[in-house]
Amino acid sequence: SASSTVSSHTSQLHLAKTMSSLAVNGVTCRGKVLTLDSMNPNVRRVEYAVRGPIVQRAVQIEKELREGVKKPFTEVIKANIGDAHAMGQKPITFFRQVLALCSYPDLLEDNKFPEDAKKRARRILDACGGHSIGAYSASQGIECIRQDVARYIEKRDGGIPSNPDNIYLSTGASDAIVTMLKLLVCGEGRDRTGVMISIPQYPLYSAALADLGAVQINYYLDEDKCWGLDVTELRRALNAAKQHCKPRVLCIINPGNPTGQVQSRECIEDVIRFAKEENLFLMADEVYQDNVYAKGCKFHSFKKVLFEMGPEYSSSLEMASFHSTSKCYMGECGFRGGYMEVLNMDPEVKAQLTKLVSVRLCPPVSGQAMLDLVVNPPLPDEPSYTLFLSSQERTAVLAALAEKSHLTEEMFNTVPGITCNPVQGAMYTFPRITLPQKAIAKAQEEGQAPDMLYCMKLLEEEGICLVPGSGFGQKEGTFHFRMTILPPTEKLKVVLQKIRDFHLRFTQEFS
Amino acid sequence: MLSENSLTHPPFTLIVRNKEKVSYSLKKIMVALKNKQIGVKKPFREVIDVSWGDPHRGGVKPLTFVRQVLAACLYPQLMNGEKLPVDVRQRAQKLLDGCAGWSVGSYSATGGLPEIVQRVSEFISRRDGGVPSNPENIFLCCGSQWALTRILNVLVNAEAPFPTGVLTPAPCYSTTPLSIEGLGGVVIPYYLSEERGWELQVEELHRALESCKGACHPIALYVINPGNPAGQVQSRKSMQEVIRFASEKRLFLLADEVYQGCVYGETEFVSYKRVLSEMGPPLSDTVELASFHSASKGFMGECGLRGGYVELVNLDPAVKKYIYTLFCADSSPPVLGQIALDLMTNPPQPGDPSYLLYYQVRSRSTVVKNVKKACEVINSLQGFSCQAVEGGAFAFPRIHLPAKAIQKAKEAGMQPDTFYCLRLLEEAGVLASPGSDYGQEEGTFHIRFCILLPHDVLGELLQRLSDFHTQFMKDFS
Repeated sequence: SASSTVSSHTSQLHLAKTMSSLAVNGVTCRGKVLTLDSMNPNVRRVEYAVRGPIVQRAVQIEKELREGVKKPFTEVIKANIGDAHAMGQKPITFFRQVLALCSYPDLLEDNKFPEDAKKRARRILDACGGHSIGAYSASQGIECIRQDVARYIEKRDGGIPSNPDNIYLSTGASDAIVTMLKLLVCGEGRDRTGVMISIPQYPLYSAALADLGAVQINYYLDEDKCWGLDVTELRRALNAAKQHCKPRVLCIINPGNPTGQVQSRECIEDVIRFAKEENLFLMADEVYQDNVYAKGCKFHSFKKVLFEMGPEYSSSLEMASFHSTSKCYMGECGFRGGYMEVLNMDPEVKAQLTKLVSVRLCPPVSGQAMLDLVVNPPLPDEPSYTLFLSSQERTAVLAALAEKSHLTEEMFNTVPGITCNPVQGAMYTFPRITLPQKAIAKAQEEGQAPDMLYCMKLLEEEGICLVPGSGFGQKEGTFHFRMTILPPTEKLKVVLQKIRDFHLRFTQEFS
Repeated sequence: MLSENSLTHPPFTLIVRNKEKVSYSLKKIMVALKNKQIGVKKPFREVIDVSWGDPHRGGVKPLTFVRQVLAACLYPQLMNGEKLPVDVRQRAQKLLDGCAGWSVGSYSATGGLPEIVQRVSEFISRRDGGVPSNPENIFLCCGSQWALTRILNVLVNAEAPFPTGVLTPAPCYSTTPLSIEGLGGVVIPYYLSEERGWELQVEELHRALESCKGACHPIALYVINPGNPAGQVQSRKSMQEVIRFASEKRLFLLADEVYQGCVYGETEFVSYKRVLSEMGPPLSDTVELASFHSASKGFMGECGLRGGYVELVNLDPAVKKYIYTLFCADSSPPVLGQIALDLMTNPPQPGDPSYLLYYQVRSRSTVVKNVKKACEVINSLQGFSCQAVEGGAFAFPRIHLPAKAIQKAKEAGMQPDTFYCLRLLEEAGVLASPGSDYGQEEGTFHIRFCILLPHDVLGELLQRLSDFHTQFMKDFS
């Protein structure tokens, strides 16, 4: 009958559907367990422009060059990442001597190593389990190194006391920054933690906030005022944010990244006052504290200013300051050395912090050792002092960076369509580029940020890898790129010329 | 209590497990003991700390070849002249050639220095009898725990209606459960069967999964092979059962294999990846797996260098892109740790100048002796028993505590095995960890101590332990 034909047809269809999900040998095919839908949705929001798509393309191009593909250039200049050694800067001899001694203590018998290096190596090894840098350390970091860090901070800050118990050694400053944010982010819905961060910012912050599902509260630095920070802008941002989240944290990078501004003392005081008034936890990212170039600019640590403002502030404001071995004059990124100093933290919370850091066991001991040398470099009466401070090492590096910062600013400001604020500190320039309307339109068509289009083209045509300003955040309708000032001076000059030429071509092409 | 005004509230009440708290206090006591050594009369001269899985801390010397290569990479001037063996110099040159700016102080690519990742993938393939390994699926990282936390971060969805569950062995060393809970996930314990040598039984996996129905959404199954703290090495058959279970129940498999270099008994280590591959399609093409390894254990014992890796198998490529970005935000793993991994996976070969010394020191026989002696001594004592230690870094014997001791512990407000460990520390100067730190069947008690020690140190340890234990059992009989 007709109905039985229909029903058998239906059941055949049903069977066919079921069969299509069967594998050849009769076992059910499964979809993935971990898919875009099932994964932690926060992770999907994480981006990190410094190592993002443009860098991936740069690596691909390098591969093509190695394979003999012909390009208008013979090498890719990676001016995207703050990696000094990659750009040819030499390590500090003393630091490497001590690390070598720590790694292979037989060298302590070698008379080619200076006594002051051996002394430091012995001290570090004595503090290690089994006298080996291969043993785990306490999660908070080796005690005598934390003591050295505290002494360094005291010396830097004119004698203001620093308690080693408040020092947490970390795997680069990034590890400590993320740990601190983990402790601070909580709440649901309108109570969710809001974290204030500068625009432009170093994208570790936006990545961590996305990962933690925190609310990012943007406060804009003023490009017309040399990327200055104005408290009225902080207030505006905060008040707007209060509508939809619970602001708890204020992050500030000084000297700035990508913008390089060095905060004035007055500005730091304003920020501290603001944080206190609004009951915010202050996170002061100071990894570039030795990188100050502009006349009239000076690094003031947040802690120092805080204490000089008196006990009303210093005994109540909750704060964490961060430093690292990756930047300044040593550029030891690969060691992953860093620390944070916490102030006025609730003791119960501190206990939780101690537990939280235990999950990653301990920071690399070699990084801790490197940090120890950074905070405890050769003293004037020690044999290695002269070389350390000399025209080959520390002094030279900082002087070269200063020269390059001025050179870069000057050069970019000669290019019509590029304006560049003075690079007061850190190791980057973040010039503003004017893009023709046609280019903007093309980018939009392709679903790309206009400055990404610009940077990609620069990469393909000149082999120079920069990071588009959109990766750091910028005022709507403005475009920038971040370039490091790390290549050796002669190479940097060539890079600057190439960018100038490219910019003029680009403007012409899209006119 | 947290003060009202304090800003720093932990996002998830980091489980203040009493066990955790007390185990931390054990360490504090030890520090205090160390500091009070002057003028305090103790029947021992110094504390033997075997609470860590840390060979160097226990007195094992680093491998000369490894340390020579590291020193040469750190301070290349050492390569001038003939002081260092030629294979050391060649290896250091090769490694530095792969570093930007010829310096170990540069960042590397996110997943690790490409040449090292390539060699690690070749090691994996060799280890697994030729099963292919793709460098694109390998991420070097700052220790295996770091990588595990990252992968858990992707798996644990704190915004989902049900908390994400991860099946975790009991006993299990405490860092992983802490990681899971810190991310807002839930630990679903499955008990290893002590009487059967800490065997993983698939019926128990079923039970564990059933037990959490409706309370959480299980997404992953975490196995440790060889085990920690229990030193079992899984049989192939057991691993196949686990894989089938994971497939059937739609679980992501997390295989912590950091002790693969520490195997002493008859059961050989075989990797989950290999077993999965040998099971053929569809399982081999579908079961999602993350395997973890590290330079911290085995004969390298370079815990402090923080060198580890994760290999991803059968992951959704779109998800992998996000995992890559997540790792990017960490910048790159410590270069010295990466070098340690390279040396571990590519040791000196016969004929190389450093070969003899490397393998002489890297002898399995000491640990096998240790394991044998530890089990013998413990099993000869009343109230003490130990399953065979087939692998891993620890012995995890069971203490059959008398009722009086249990009572005393309760009065003191601590777990009975914590009480035992505290006494052990104070009276015999041995710092071991209580089984309550790791999870154990209700009513059972254990201690964990590291056996990757020089033989004489282990001898001393066992002597102190037996004397103490005999006295303890007498005191509380």
